[in-house]
Formats: sequence, structure tokens, C-alpha cells
Amino acid sequence: MTTNENRQQLAQESLTGVVERIYDQLDDGQIPTMELPLRSKRNIEFDPQHNVWKYGDLKTSRSAKTVNGAVMMLRTVYTADFINEMIRENKSSTLREMYYISEGWNNAKFHSQDESNLLAEDLETITHCMREDFKLRPEESGAHVYGDVNFTTMTKKGMKTMNCVDDVSEAGFAVPYKVEEDTFQIDPGNAKFVMAIETGGMYARLIENGFPEKYDCVLVHLSGQPARSTRRLIKRMNEEHNLPVTVFTDGDPWSFRIYASVAYGAIKTAHISEYLATPTAQFIGVTASDILNYDLPTDKLNDKDVGALNAELSDPRFTDEFWVNEIQAMLGMGKKSEQQALAKYGLDYVTDTYLPEKLTDMGVL
Amino acid sequence: MPSDEVTNGDAAPKKKTATAVKLASKQQEISVTEFFEKNKQILGFDSRSKSLLMGIKEAVDNSLDACEEAGFLPDVQVSIERLNDEDYRISIEDNGPGIVHKMMPNVFGRLLYGSRFHALRQSRGQQGIGISATVMYGNITTGKPAHVMSKIEGDDEVAWGMDIVIDTKTNRPIVTNDKAFTWEGKEHGTKIEYTIKGRYITGKQSVFEYLKDTAIVNPHAEITFHDPDGTKYVFERATDIMPPKPKEIKPHPEGMEIGDILKYASNSAQKTVRAFLKNDFSRITDRLATEILEKSKVDGDKKPEKITREDAIAILAAIKTVKIMAPPTDCLSPIGDTLIKKGLMHVLDGLRPDYYATPVTRSPKAVNGNPFIVEAGIVYGGDIPSDSQVQILRFANRVPLLYQQGACAITKAISEMDWRRYGLEQRGGKGIPFGPAIILVHVASTKVPFTSEGKEAIASFPELQSEIGLALRLCARNLKSHLNKLERKKKTHAKFEIVQEILPDMAQKAAAHLNRPVPNLDMTITRIMNVVWVEPSVKKVDKKTRDVTYTVYNYTNLPRSFRLHAQLPREAVNLTLFSNPMFIDMNDEGKANWEVTDLQPSKHIQVSFELKGDMADTFDADDIYFSGLNPAMVMGADMLPGDWGIKGMEITQTDEEDYVEDEEEETTEAEDLDDE
Repeated sequence: MTTNENRQQLAQESLTGVVERIYDQLDDGQIPTMELPLRSKRNIEFDPQHNVWKYGDLKTSRSAKTVNGAVMMLRTVYTADFINEMIRENKSSTLREMYYISEGWNNAKFHSQDESNLLAEDLETITHCMREDFKLRPEESGAHVYGDVNFTTMTKKGMKTMNCVDDVSEAGFAVPYKVEEDTFQIDPGNAKFVMAIETGGMYARLIENGFPEKYDCVLVHLSGQPARSTRRLIKRMNEEHNLPVTVFTDGDPWSFRIYASVAYGAIKTAHISEYLATPTAQFIGVTASDILNYDLPTDKLNDKDVGALNAELSDPRFTDEFWVNEIQAMLGMGKKSEQQALAKYGLDYVTDTYLPEKLTDMGVL
Repeated sequence: MPSDEVTNGDAAPKKKTATAVKLASKQQEISVTEFFEKNKQILGFDSRSKSLLMGIKEAVDNSLDACEEAGFLPDVQVSIERLNDEDYRISIEDNGPGIVHKMMPNVFGRLLYGSRFHALRQSRGQQGIGISATVMYGNITTGKPAHVMSKIEGDDEVAWGMDIVIDTKTNRPIVTNDKAFTWEGKEHGTKIEYTIKGRYITGKQSVFEYLKDTAIVNPHAEITFHDPDGTKYVFERATDIMPPKPKEIKPHPEGMEIGDILKYASNSAQKTVRAFLKNDFSRITDRLATEILEKSKVDGDKKPEKITREDAIAILAAIKTVKIMAPPTDCLSPIGDTLIKKGLMHVLDGLRPDYYATPVTRSPKAVNGNPFIVEAGIVYGGDIPSDSQVQILRFANRVPLLYQQGACAITKAISEMDWRRYGLEQRGGKGIPFGPAIILVHVASTKVPFTSEGKEAIASFPELQSEIGLALRLCARNLKSHLNKLERKKKTHAKFEIVQEILPDMAQKAAAHLNRPVPNLDMTITRIMNVVWVEPSVKKVDKKTRDVTYTVYNYTNLPRSFRLHAQLPREAVNLTLFSNPMFIDMNDEGKANWEVTDLQPSKHIQVSFELKGDMADTFDADDIYFSGLNPAMVMGADMLPGDWGIKGMEITQTDEEDYVEDEEEETTEAEDLDDE
């Protein structure tokens, strides 16, 4: 608890520091400016210490000379003030609530929630604090966990331990927005490995077929691009309890990015990749070669898909041999496929044949 | 078919005679009235909704003509009452000079009867078909007579009322119930009531639309409209200035036909052909008359009525070879740029347009002996829909044209212009452009060349086409420079917002957060802006009063001295202008000057004045100029143009021509860039 308080103390001081820098520039008769790391794939570098991708040295600067720059700085001041007030009063708010609260901020008002989310991330990169320290939390992400693992977590009735098979519904255990040690402890029980799954349909299929029980596997339903806490939970299961992590997604360019954000770190949150990314996570599929080897039903790549694949070719995270080959193979055949396309061979095919084959190849089983 | 039968053999001649006799028994004089009854569409009575409109249009046109002729500010009331699904009772009342009792039947009950048919002068009605055709159409469709009332000026005059039906066989009015009566509260004027089969519609091509458009080009008229649903609309008078009365001119020899010469000759009061040529036509001098007579070998001393067909042909041929001055143009009465703007503002204000491009009135031109003038205006922005084609308001001699837009010379001229360079969308640079604009074109002439008797579209000829094009281009250029200004303003205004709102807010919030004093922003603001900023604002106090304020900020680091200039509507200024300490003088064109001395850094001053009266709303506060400062150092005002102090149109015109070329080059470059 004390570390928690320390962290919030630190967050408060850092934010006040940001406001102070703006104030001093104004007081000195200067045009206020602010420097931030450039948050795009051009500025993503591999950090060998943590084996993840982080922001490089490229900076972008904001100046009150332009309306955009001035408005962003005004928002920074308002947001810093708002967060400090929340910390003082021991409250928290969702990102969406902050977006609505900004209604009363005149010129600093956010015009979309994307703008407020981006600003929260900006503040993280400037202060080196985490959004959670700012008492800002995301909406419920929809991510769930199923498998023989025990989580001890804070509830309204104090800390409680739950088994993610026995104590949960069919849908599994809903991942909270904060999964740090102080309020969230993990006991891996009999679990042998973690499988992160993109679609709800496949997650339900694996549960129905008894896959987690049969292979001592912890299933994590990512529900699209995984939220921070989902990635953090996977990272902790891997790092603290040595559970190997595998990722099972659709076979299309967007799914490749889901894997990349689990394994390498997402571009938007590269400033905290070392907290979120699991560098040892392995990609099960569906790969381009799966589409050929298993003769899966496919859809044609549309223009957006092709654009996304080409963009990935220039994304530093995808520069290793495996991904270059996969991306080029997919571009070459011009086709994509879904996880559930495996049902072509029957409902049990994925649990009886495909996954055991792939996992054995990967050395997980 | 008879010709076929002729070649068919012996029996043919006999048969042919028989047919001819048979036909002869059927042949009889068809009266004009009967002809029109069978060809109603020629007069524009081709659909129910159009018939309803045409009748009102004819009556209102006549009312306005009559009022202007008599020098009264027109006050016209139109009302439509729905009797049943198809039958409508229409009434149109004016405050014109009235019609003498004896003439009333002929004016309303006889086709092709009118005072203006032989006169060469700009007027709304021309052929004298309109109102009587309306009366006839009402008679035919409902079987009811029209009721006409009129009172002429004078204390001892009584009003007369009568029912009129037209005898279609003889083209003569049949009058019943002819009675004198006392018209309470009416000094003079005419009222016509008739019943007609029609259909009342709203929106495009409706009576409301027609009256609204009429109000735009007749800002001196007040028009009241009671629609069938009981709603009353009043298009109030926007100005008390009457348009100058158009003068009548003699026919010009150019563009004359043989028949015209013979007709004029037989009616001439002159004693000799020479005098006839000299006195009955415009622009024929003694010398010219002699030249024409010599070339045509016609005896100049014989009586005009003795002119033969051959003489007429020879005279026409001779006229073509001599050089005759163009007809006088003072017979035309254009609306004028100020009043067009006024009229547009008055009627379209509900759409809250952003900009009324300064309307253009071209100088008169003449073709085939007929003088004409083209005027154009453009209204832009506000609530005018931006995703559809621009609205075109066409006018001929102050009468709105609502039908056959596609066939009209005005539409043609608009479609042939490349509007893309003037800031409107247009696919391929041809056709009616798209955008939030209304384009007005007015053609005034002693004889507007309509495509049909219904007077719905103006026939195209090259000279007219090119005049419309020139007027539109001038007007569009005003629009374009306004749009450019707006664009510039938007960009620069962003900075103004930073220093006026965002930075002070930032300083306050940061200070409160840190619990420190609010920092002084002068230095920061000077660093960001480094200009003298002119911020215009206009407050609408009431319909005829505007408070104009220019706030001038010195956002540079030195004291500044300079002058401000604006052209004000002279009629609208008052003491508030002269009593401002910075005011220097104003000339008789309304060009006013102010002097600002030693405006200190980070300080601002205000120049303000009130405009009052009819012309108050015609002033565009963005038209503010400065002198005495480097233009790079000023935002919100333009550098004073070099010709500001110079009077006269010619110099302005030359400047504008130069400006065209510059702009065209610019546009081409911009388009090239777009392509990349």
C-alpha cells in the first residue's frame, strides 16, 4: 500500500512539474513549448534489456504558436489539475468520464474520446508514470480468463481467492482494469501454459471441448486488441510463474498486430512496453502456411488488408524472418482466413488435431 | 393531300374543286381570342399550377408598371382564396393611377390592347396580352366573369366597378353590372378579382416564390400576400427611392423589318419621306437621311404613306450600308448595384448569407436597334444549401422568370462559365455550379427577346450572352476575393484566438494550480503575433441601426502610428462618426479616414461609430483599409489601394482588368498543384 501511495505522490509531483514548466515559460515571456517522444512506428526501437520494443530518441515538439499546440497545452494543464484533484480526494474516473468532464473546460474541451485517451498517454510519457497512477481507468475491456488458475483479488468484501474454473461462470473470470501485485495475486495451480485467443467463438469452442482441462491450459480471451490489463496479466503469468504464452488468432493482417502487441509491445503504449509485453509469447496461427497446409476456407484480401500488410513490412517489429515470410506469403496468395474456418473438418478438429499438432511442433506440449 | 390526288389521274381536277369549295365553306376568320383559347400554352397557361401563377404575374406586372408610370411607390396586395379543390378566387389590388371608366373594358377584356405595344421603352408588360388572357382563361375554365374596380386620382372622382367576360369570337369585352361606387379609403388604384381553375403549390415556381423574387428586384415596392391557408406575408419596402422613369425612344433603324417601315410610314404625321426618316427614327441626322435617300433612290419629297414595298426594301438595304449611331440608352432603368444588394438583403435575410457580392451593373449595349443592360449579383453562404446546385434568379425588366430555366440565355451564360476558379464546385468546369450561392441576373431592354409569348426565357444571342458573362465574371471576382479574404481571416484568426483566449486561460489555470500570481502575457503574445491586429465587429441594434467597432491591438514591441480608412454609406453616418477623437475627415463619396497615433505595445484602441437608416446594413465591416504601416505587420485590414483617393469609374475598371490576369495565373498554378 505504501508503494501505491508513493507512486501517486510521484504522479502528483510529476504532473505539477509539467504545469510548472508551462507557467515558467509564460512568466518569462516565452512562447510555451513541450517536447514529447514521437509516437509512431518510425520511432520504435528494440530494447535489448527488456526484449521489447520501445520509443526511440525522435521527439516531437508542441508550441503554443499554433492553435493545435496551444490547445494541447491548455488541455495538459487542465488534465493535470483534474488528476491531482482526484488523487487528493482519493477518487478515480474512467477515461470516458474524463472526456465528459472536459465539457466544462471551455477551449480545453476534448472533441472525441480518442483525444482524451491520447492526452492521458502523453502525460504518461512525459512523467514516466502509469495511467493507473493517475487514477484513470479504461472501460471494462471484455477480456476473460478460463483455466485451472487461482486469482486472489480485491472485492468489495476484501481480498478473495477464485479458481478460474470452479468459481466462475462459463464465460470465465472477468479481468479487472488493474492487476498489480498489491490488489491482484496469481497462483498458477496446475496450469502448464497460457493460450491467448482472439475471438470469443474460438474461446467458447475450446471450453466446450474441454481443452483447458485436458491440457492444463489457461485460456485468455483477448476480445480484439487486448487492453492493457489483459496484456499485463499475461505478462505476469509468464514472468512470475514461468508459464509459456501462446497466441491463437485469425489469419489476417490485423491479427498479426494483436500478436505483436502481446509479444513486442504496442506502438501507442511503447513507453511502458516493459510492463506489458511478453517477449517469449509464441504465435500459433492461423499462419499463411496453415491456410495452405490445412487447406482452409478463405476470404480475399481487400484493399485495406493489403495496405495493412504493406504497412507491417515497414514496421520494425515485424522485421524478423518469420514475419517477413508470413506477410509476403499472405500477400502472395491474396487470401486470409479465420480461426473458426477450422470447423470445416468438424467441431473437434481444432482441439483434437490442429492445436495438439501445432503446440507439439512449438514444444509447448 | 390534294397534291397527291392531282397526280392520280383524270378524276382529280373535279375532286379537287369539290374539296376546295368544301374547305372554303369552313374557312372563316379566326379571332385572336379564339386562337389563344385553343393555344393557351403559348401564353403560359399550360398546367393548373402555372395558370394560377401566370394570372397573378400578369396582374402584378401591370400594377407595378402603372404605379411607376404615375410616380407612386407601389403597394400591391395579392390574395388567393380556395373555393374548392380546383377553383380559386384571386384578387390583386394596387395603388396605381387607376383606369378611366371608359377604358376599363378594353384593358381587361380585349387581347392585344394596350398602351405600350407601339412604344419603345423598358416596361414589364409589353404585348398587352397578359391580363386580358387571364380574364379570358378565368371565363373559360369557371364560367365566371372577372370583377374589376378602379378609381383615378381626384377628390371628385368616383370609383367604377364592373363584371367583364370576353367574347372569344369577336375579341370584344361584354360588360355587366357596370356601377359607380364609393371606394372607402382608396385615393386611387385598381383591383381585379377573378375565379380560375388552378392548383396552389408552394416551393419552386410558386406564387410565393414569384412575389419574393419580385420584391428582390423591386425594392421600392411593398407586396402583401394572403395565401389560401390564411397566412399573410408582407415584403416590406426596402427603399423609398423610385427607379427613374424609363424614357420612350423612337425606333432605331437597325433591326427593322420591311413591315415595320410600311407600318410606321402609314401612321406617320410627317409630310415627306425625308422628314419621316429624320424625325420618326432615332439617330438619323439630316446628312444620314440624304445619304439613305441617295443610296435607295427613293424620292425624299413624296409623302410617307406613298412608300411602296420596293421603296421599303431599298431603304432597308441603304440603312445597312450607312453608319448609324447606336440607340440612346437612357431609356433603360437598371436597378443599380446598391439597390440590388438592398433588395437581396431585404428578402434573403432569413437565410443569413455570409456575403452579398457587390452587384454589377454593366453599361448599356445595343444590338439591332434595341438597347439592353445586364446586371448581376451573387449571394453566398449562411443557410443557403451547399450540397445542391446554385439557385438562379432570372429577371427581365424587373420581372422574375420562373419557367424554362434550361432554355434561357442567362442559364446558358452561367453554365458556360468556369466557376471553379471563383470558389464554386462545377463538374468539368461546365454546367450549373454547385455550392451555397444564389446568382441573380437582370436583363433590361426596350424589347427583351423572349423565346415565347409566355415570356419565360430570354432568347440567346452572342452580344447578350457575352454581356451576361462579363457581369457574372465581375461579380464572381468580388465573391472570390471575399472567399480568399475569409480563408486568410480564418487562418489568422486562429492566432487571435490563441492570444485572446487560450493563453490567458492557460496562464490562469496554471497559476491557480501552482498557487502563484497570474503571469503577465504581453511579452509572450508579442512574440507569437508581432503584428498590429484590426478586429472588426458589427452589432445590430435594430433593423436600421448598426454599431460598428474596430478594435486595434498593437501586438508588436514598438509604438505604432497609422491611418485607417473605410468607405461608408454617407446617408447612414451621423455624429457618432465625427465625434470619435481619431476621426479626421470623410469625402463626399463616403470615404472616411481615422488617425491612430503612438499606439503603445500590448495596448489597444477602439474606433467606433453608428450607421443608421436604410443603407446601414449595406456596409461590410471587413472592408477596412490601413496606411502608414508595412503590410506584413498588419492583420485584419488590407493595405489602402493606390486608387483610393481617385474618383471615377474608368480607373477602377482598368485596375480590375489587370487584376483578372493575375488571378487567372494564380488559379492555373493552384490547379497544377492540385493535380500533383
